[in-house]
Amino acid sequence: MPTAIPQPVERENYLNKEYGVWSWLLTTDHKRIALLYLLSITFFFFIGGFFALLIRLELLTPAGDLVQADTYNKLFTMHGMVMVFFFLIPSIPAVLGNFLVPLMIGAKDLAFPRINLLSWYLYVIGGVMMLHCMLTGGVDTGWTFYAPFSTSFTNTKIVEAGLAIFVAGFSSILTGLNFVVTIHRMRCPGMTWSRLPLFIWAHYATSIIQLLGTPVVAVTIVLVAAERTLHLGIFDPKLGGDPLLFQHLFWFYSHPAVYIMILPSMGVVTEIIACFSRKRIFGYSFVAFSSIAIAVFGFLVWAHHMFVAGISVYSALVFSFLSYAVALPSAIKVFNWTATLYKGSIHYDAPMLYAFGFLGLFTIGGLTGLFLSALGINVHVTDTYFVVAHFHYIMVGGAVMGYLGGMHFWWPKISGRLYPEGWARLAALIVFIGFNLTFFPQFLLGYMGMPRRYYDYSHMPEFQVLNVLSTAGATVLGVGYLLPMIYFLWSMRYGKPSSDNPWNAAGLEWKTSSPPPTFNFDEEPVVTWEAYNYDELDAPYKQEVPVAK
Amino acid sequence: MAGHVDALYIFLLIVTGMMALLVFVLVIFFAARFRHRPGVRAEQIEGSTALEITWSAIPFLIFMVIFAWGAIVYFKERTPPDDATEVYIVAKQWMWKVEHAEGQREINELHVPVGRDVKLIMTSQDVIHSFYIPAFRIKQDVLPGRYTVEWFRATKPGVYHLFCAEYCGTQHSGMVGSIVVLEPAQYEAWMNGGSTGPLSATGEKIFAELGCSTCHRSDTQGRGPNLHGVFGSPVQLEDGRTVTADENYVRECILDPGAKRVKGFQPIMPTFQGLVSEEQVNALVAYIKSISTAKPGNAVEKSRTSASTAAPAVRENAQPDIQRNAQSKGSQVR
Repeated sequence: MPTAIPQPVERENYLNKEYGVWSWLLTTDHKRIALLYLLSITFFFFIGGFFALLIRLELLTPAGDLVQADTYNKLFTMHGMVMVFFFLIPSIPAVLGNFLVPLMIGAKDLAFPRINLLSWYLYVIGGVMMLHCMLTGGVDTGWTFYAPFSTSFTNTKIVEAGLAIFVAGFSSILTGLNFVVTIHRMRCPGMTWSRLPLFIWAHYATSIIQLLGTPVVAVTIVLVAAERTLHLGIFDPKLGGDPLLFQHLFWFYSHPAVYIMILPSMGVVTEIIACFSRKRIFGYSFVAFSSIAIAVFGFLVWAHHMFVAGISVYSALVFSFLSYAVALPSAIKVFNWTATLYKGSIHYDAPMLYAFGFLGLFTIGGLTGLFLSALGINVHVTDTYFVVAHFHYIMVGGAVMGYLGGMHFWWPKISGRLYPEGWARLAALIVFIGFNLTFFPQFLLGYMGMPRRYYDYSHMPEFQVLNVLSTAGATVLGVGYLLPMIYFLWSMRYGKPSSDNPWNAAGLEWKTSSPPPTFNFDEEPVVTWEAYNYDELDAPYKQEVPVAK
Repeated sequence: MAGHVDALYIFLLIVTGMMALLVFVLVIFFAARFRHRPGVRAEQIEGSTALEITWSAIPFLIFMVIFAWGAIVYFKERTPPDDATEVYIVAKQWMWKVEHAEGQREINELHVPVGRDVKLIMTSQDVIHSFYIPAFRIKQDVLPGRYTVEWFRATKPGVYHLFCAEYCGTQHSGMVGSIVVLEPAQYEAWMNGGSTGPLSATGEKIFAELGCSTCHRSDTQGRGPNLHGVFGSPVQLEDGRTVTADENYVRECILDPGAKRVKGFQPIMPTFQGLVSEEQVNALVAYIKSISTAKPGNAVEKSRTSASTAAPAVRENAQPDIQRNAQSKGSQVR
């Protein structure tokens, strides 16, 4: 479907307006900051991925033969910390959200452009601290750094890693703050709340979580540092503390953090499904409010990570019930996406393939969440590979699929170039197959009883076959993730120039040039139509959708 | 227990399998049936409140069935039978120390007879661990500074995996062991070797050695409460609260006596934090249990009588309690 039009004279846009390092490092343009984020999170994604590959290689054989126990413990800790705090949480909001939120609502920039730049610098400072921490020894507590192990026992660099996350956390808070204010105050005339793209609703819900949740993990980190350095009795019972208090505080942020990762991805997928089905989203208001419901209920389910931690049975009962309550809005979204396909006119371009992949993987991830919320089953499968598989289906299957789908969908707008469609479809297929091959066997391993965070399973060689499958899948998945990076880079120079609206998509971001000018629109847009007005875009009296395949 | 968990698991596999199948079949069918054809336009459909309500209500009802079933299984997993055999577990980086009530000690192994309820009373010397027996489908975190409880009844002789499931440091994956389930006769034979006397007897010795018995006398004249008959009963505290004297309460009274002081007594007891090992605390708890094996039923009666008279009432009630329990023990043997 993408159209290539020859562009003899390049218009002035945000990319070619200024050149030189300082024009990037001191920019306040949300689009340039988005690209700065894109570079930095890609860097961390491949670091985290490298750790993952080493973990999978170690587990190829039951014996602990590739790395030492301590090294392995650091590998899975750093994999988790890097992927969660330095890739997944900033991924869609800081890259696609940064680029698109002002464009989609017809604004010139975010409400606070300098704060936006500050949040990137905070991210980079946090990232450099994390790199320094990793290069000078690392941390071996798991990304959850449970007390009292983290506060009184391990001799690795907890405080330094904690500070890195603390600083990066402020980057996340400021991005959320910026989005909330922008979405409230900067919508162009006619862009009412009920005309907002659902991508914006998803980012609004995400920003609320970032604003309200992140300070709690910051407090937790400070308390861990205080107990570790000053020996204040907070979490360690030997000093008079309570180890469960740590878990309550930690999961109060870290469970909603999962929704920071998945909600934006749901927003991306909603845009893609509407465009490639050429339809208005089925049940717009239900999809919009389910995002808000997820943000609200997401704060009330944290203790479902603690069903065997020593909480009372009655408190477990309440949190199990609420976990089913938070599952419902996600189910509603899946049904609405499916219904949107009905009587559509469906195109199979790469972004849509990623959206289909998202639907499949997110559904599996969500349904296995029902297993984990069932108290009786949770006791058996928590802290096993069942949990590992479940959250990778959500956070990698869901979030990363959505991220890649969004990158393909908006790449022509971001770069002004088309990516190679054939390669992109191939990559989508490889990622989908590789992902399932990696993580599906882990559900089986989990129910068989293989605990998480074991580097040596020589006592239970029966687990090896499934581990070999998983490692094989990880290799395929790695190739699937490398491909887009290569052809995106390639297309920046050799890709065909894109038209302003190569997908003939609805949404204000497509009504400006590709790439957009610095202040996004030549004149302020005025919206007189509903979101996803694909009937008008495809109306016969308009130019027939050009199909280039 | 494994049977209950597996039944729910299979039910969930079927239900979620059908849900997934429904979504996948519809997505694939729509994607194929409504693929783009030149000249054919999408039909715009706004949405349908009736449909939204249907596909919210039906999953919600299914969720509630799963929730209720899961909760029932969990309550069973979390409620040890009153007459279960008690075994004390002390976890440390990176081993499991096991003490049987009869005095046998083991490391990274737990011998149990087939067909008997076994209750594990667990604590940790250092960080959080988790006692996980996959074959029995049970797991419970083991925390420093308090007891947590887990129980099971093995139904088939054999050797089963024991894993630490909560990451606890360098040799976390080496903190594994076995549960050895024996036929009753074999178990008796195993029990007859290597005992140093019952755990409660060890506790009684420690009770005397540490001088506990000088204040906690077995009459009403001591400076501390008489501990006969206390375990399992409600205790009225100086601050007005009433707590049940369970394992965690006894443990706390030894290690932090000021925290929950019994009404009517002076705060004169020193802390034993750091002076007694986890194993010694376990032995003391076992001893205090052995001199008062009150049942919950009695505890209710007593709370009525002791409400006004507080701690001394507990002492007066001690005697009848022991008799009653002697009777109930007899009935168990029969």
